Amino acid sequence: MTVQVSFHVNGKATTAQVDERTLLVTYLRETLGLTGTHVGCDTSQCGACTVHVDGRAVKSCSVLAVQVDGAKVVTIEGIANEGGALHPVQKAFHEHHGLQCGFCTPGMVMSAIDLLRTVPQPSEEQIREQLDGNLCRCTGYANIVRSVHAASSDPACAVTAAARGA
Amino acid sequence: MYPFAYCKAGTVEEAATLLAEDPDARLLAGGQSLVAAMKMRLASPSKLVDLGAIAPLRGIAVGGNAVTLGAMTRHREVAESAEIRRALPALAALAAGIGDRMVRNMGTCGGSIALSDPAADYPAACLGLGATIVTNRGRHEADGFFRAMYETALDPGEIVTSVVFPIPLRAAYAKFRNPASRYAIVGVFVADFGGGRVRVAVTGAASSVFRVTAMEAALSQRFASDAIASIRIPAAGLNADLHADAGYRAHLVTVMARRAVDDCAQR
Repeated sequence: MTVQVSFHVNGKATTAQVDERTLLVTYLRETLGLTGTHVGCDTSQCGACTVHVDGRAVKSCSVLAVQVDGAKVVTIEGIANEGGALHPVQKAFHEHHGLQCGFCTPGMVMSAIDLLRTVPQPSEEQIREQLDGNLCRCTGYANIVRSVHAASSDPACAVTAAARGA
Repeated sequence: MYPFAYCKAGTVEEAATLLAEDPDARLLAGGQSLVAAMKMRLASPSKLVDLGAIAPLRGIAVGGNAVTLGAMTRHREVAESAEIRRALPALAALAAGIGDRMVRNMGTCGGSIALSDPAADYPAACLGLGATIVTNRGRHEADGFFRAMYETALDPGEIVTSVVFPIPLRAAYAKFRNPASRYAIVGVFVADFGGGRVRVAVTGAASSVFRVTAMEAALSQRFASDAIASIRIPAAGLNADLHADAGYRAHLVTVMARRAVDDCAQR
């Protein structure tokens, strides 16, 4: 059996007939080819698959594609601006070496954007607490926290997040 | 995941009809437990009835000395609600400590309560505050609602629509969490309604949430953490796993209850 889903991904409408069992992450990666969203554990532990649904970070491996019918989804591919300039959080990860192997990075960035939208100036403790749903198996947390902290002091960060409604 | 049929209900009545058509159908709220269980083939419903589009099931109302949460209210909405943080900060703090940020963005109050996971947080708030669980067929008092692991007083086809939490003078929830799953190894909710009316509810320790009447009696005489320092619940029958054996959980009940009482005193 199949069911029809229609939603927006990174500003573009998508409609498809999918098996009811299709996870959001499977749809993003296999139907749309948006492979920046990673599957790290497939058991809702690691947060590598984090995307935004109507502006809120969710684990796309634990959400069915049908659950986001009618929603606005943003993936890691959708946060840089149209000219290709990196999102302030991406820029901060780049400048502060907030990644080692890079596998967890898309999820870390998407979670961090959600965090900074709620708590624009988080303390180090808040960053560590609020990113506890994202695991880095390289254990590169020190620089990840540093990157998020740096992004929080970038005035472009709040503006970009608000402007894109992402 | 095994195959299933999917339908999205527009109203609670429609959801009830769709549910009644198939004895193996399940309701889908946020899906943060159910989808994971289905992926591991621990659950294999023949049909999912999605409650996500029923707008009246979402919302927060504070008034009449109670906080009322629509069943589909997300944990994050409770955690960030200025009204709840003012009226019943222990409930906002409990919601803020569920799972992680992404789970809180999807998971719902009604889903947690209807599932009755033995280590879930919301059941402790329900029992600790003496909440009323409102359904499409009537009302249930929290006492007697949580019957066993994944078992509640809900009849087949009954749908939780809202939960009414009475506002106490002071309350606190102290949770010793599993750092990986973030579920409670032991969590204790303490509420003081004044006039010697104190409730103490424990989650994570047994097959479902339960009250500790000996602690309630001691705290109703004197609301201080040392009043319960020597009260130990029996370890027999408590949960035991690789994270904590039954004796350790019994010990943690007293420790977390004392912490909750101390937290109350600071409010």
